[in-house]
Amino acid sequence: MHGPLYDLVLLPLIKIVVVLAAVLLIVAYLTFFERKLLSYMQVRIGPNRVGPRGWLQPIADGLKLFVKEDLVPGQAEKFVFLLAPVLIMAPALVMFSVIPFGPELWITDINIALLFILGVSSIGVYGVILGGWSSNSKFSLMGGLRSAAQMVSYEVPMGFAIVSVLLMARTLSLVGIVEAQKAAHLWYIVPGILAFGIYFICGVAETNRNPFDLPEAESELVAGFHTEYSGMKFAFFYLGEYTNMLVVSSLATIMFFGGWLRPFPNVAWLSFLDVIPPLVWFLAKVGFFIFVYIWFRGTFPRYRFDQLMAVGWKWLIPLSLVNLFVIGLGVLLLKG
Amino acid sequence: MAGPLEPLFDLEEMELSFGPQHPSTHGVLRVMLRLDGEKVMEAKPIIGYLHRGTEKLFEQETFTQCIPHTDRLDYIAAPTNNQGFVLAVEKLLGITVPPRASYIRMILAELGRISSHLLWLATHAIDLGAITPFFYTFREREIILDLFEEYCGARLTLNAMRVGGVPFELPDGWVEKCSAFIDEFPSHIDEYETLLTENRIWKKRTVGIGVISAEEAIDWGLTGPPLRGSGVKWDIRKVFPYDRYDEVEFEVPIGQAGDTYDRYLVRMEEMRQSARIIRQCLDRLPEGPVMAKVPKVLRAPEGMVYASVEAPKGELGYFLVTTAKGTKPYRCHVRPPSFINLQALPEMVKGSLVADLVAVIGTLDIVLGEIDR
Repeated sequence: MHGPLYDLVLLPLIKIVVVLAAVLLIVAYLTFFERKLLSYMQVRIGPNRVGPRGWLQPIADGLKLFVKEDLVPGQAEKFVFLLAPVLIMAPALVMFSVIPFGPELWITDINIALLFILGVSSIGVYGVILGGWSSNSKFSLMGGLRSAAQMVSYEVPMGFAIVSVLLMARTLSLVGIVEAQKAAHLWYIVPGILAFGIYFICGVAETNRNPFDLPEAESELVAGFHTEYSGMKFAFFYLGEYTNMLVVSSLATIMFFGGWLRPFPNVAWLSFLDVIPPLVWFLAKVGFFIFVYIWFRGTFPRYRFDQLMAVGWKWLIPLSLVNLFVIGLGVLLLKG
Repeated sequence: MAGPLEPLFDLEEMELSFGPQHPSTHGVLRVMLRLDGEKVMEAKPIIGYLHRGTEKLFEQETFTQCIPHTDRLDYIAAPTNNQGFVLAVEKLLGITVPPRASYIRMILAELGRISSHLLWLATHAIDLGAITPFFYTFREREIILDLFEEYCGARLTLNAMRVGGVPFELPDGWVEKCSAFIDEFPSHIDEYETLLTENRIWKKRTVGIGVISAEEAIDWGLTGPPLRGSGVKWDIRKVFPYDRYDEVEFEVPIGQAGDTYDRYLVRMEEMRQSARIIRQCLDRLPEGPVMAKVPKVLRAPEGMVYASVEAPKGELGYFLVTTAKGTKPYRCHVRPPSFINLQALPEMVKGSLVADLVAVIGTLDIVLGEIDR
């Protein structure tokens, strides 16, 4: 009933604009959410001056960063210095193109979505490394080097954890994974509890959050790779981090917690839960993981660099291999 | 060709100026680092960014006028600074302090110790990435500062002691407020310990880090928790009791391994013991005057005197030289614990990582006001 122009250009564009706006708004309010939540964990009140109960704080923050002078250090490698924040922010946003928020609520459903996300998220590492290197500051350089080693190391076990989901779902499409969980009458957290643990730990490390926030360890490296950044460029790093948290949480929800499905999607007497729309289920699950992120930050000290690597290589990689083997065997025996 | 492997490219060592503007150098300490990757090959503390010539200033002021300057040495724990100085002058002039004044001094000094240790815990934990204990410790520190304010009007630079006693009587209701705080304080220490003591990451970051043996610690002249953490039972309050410390009961906690974790445990226990001392002081607070009969203008005999107290950071000593009938010190030397404890830093961090440097600076609990004077 519509022409190809509508189907191929206009509709996707509208979807992209809506998702982008929603994601950016959510990310901005995530910073507020984190500050408030941390405050309550730390016997204080948190931002409460701008707007009612501080609700306009993220807007004020954004405005402040936006009108700040766009500063590039004299000794910096200018082009790379300007490119790095984009390399953080853009891939983080691109990943939302394949994430399904609910039934029929996605920009696109491609059959290699997981692979696409793994690939695109790896680009983010360049932003950190190049940002650290191009600043021409020793603290930034050390932050960049740390994150290079950290992100590369933690991508390996993360990949293995994802492969085990793939074995169970037999598809790389994120929509397919959710539907497979519905068909299997089971969230993958049950067989994949170990895989989930590994995935989430790696996810925390990939997003440089406590207790793995070494690339920006304030007490050691001042601000790590973004020491020399200010204004809007800093905002890109900052928002990029939160966007990545959102991606990691969304993926955890989709792969292990049934995406937009309600708990026990096949138990009939629980069908009253369907009153709550799928999108809300999805957001609630994502919100929980964001909460866990912030909870970590309020609780844990920071690992030392060599200890972090030891955790990755000596624990997570062998564990993820064992997990992969067990799940593979299970799939082979059950499905034949 | 046999032989050692040549590196493929030049491995350069990096010089890094760590501070003076750095979040975890606790003030304006600057450490010149020679780094191989993240490994510290050499660490050289550079000080003097906060030098104010306090010792020289002492020579221009009368004994009483000197006391406010002592506040600004270790500005985290002013009472012990005051105490050390007035004890030195009293020793020189042969003044006996009334018991009530002594007890008030001890209460203030121990509150100062708790406040100092709370600040140490807060910043030490933040240095190691745990941000939450900071806010909990500041909640309690606030109460202590309120008590100080109520007593003498100031919160940090107290100027709360005089040669011959203390300037003020305790205000009405102060004893009750202090008492209520001391009763609930040990439960707050348990709260901090819940967050840290058995935390795996905290242990990984502190056990076996910045180790210094008992012999080395003595050789370097370390005092205070860095010395006791290595297992040496040395506390000025016990070995050379001043004021009325011989009348109260308390333990001197010691560690064994001499690492950052043991020093942490020692300081946590010291806070409990301080609370115990304050409890006893409040219970037996004697009646009587708070000032001895001292002349308006203090005139010292010719001589030299050294008096030291157990400050939160270690042994704080004042060495005074006076001329006959002098109203001012002819020369004053301060033995600041932080300055001497800091000397051990290069040895303690050699071969460790940058992250450990931060841990060791934190565990030495330095304050630059006292190092640079």
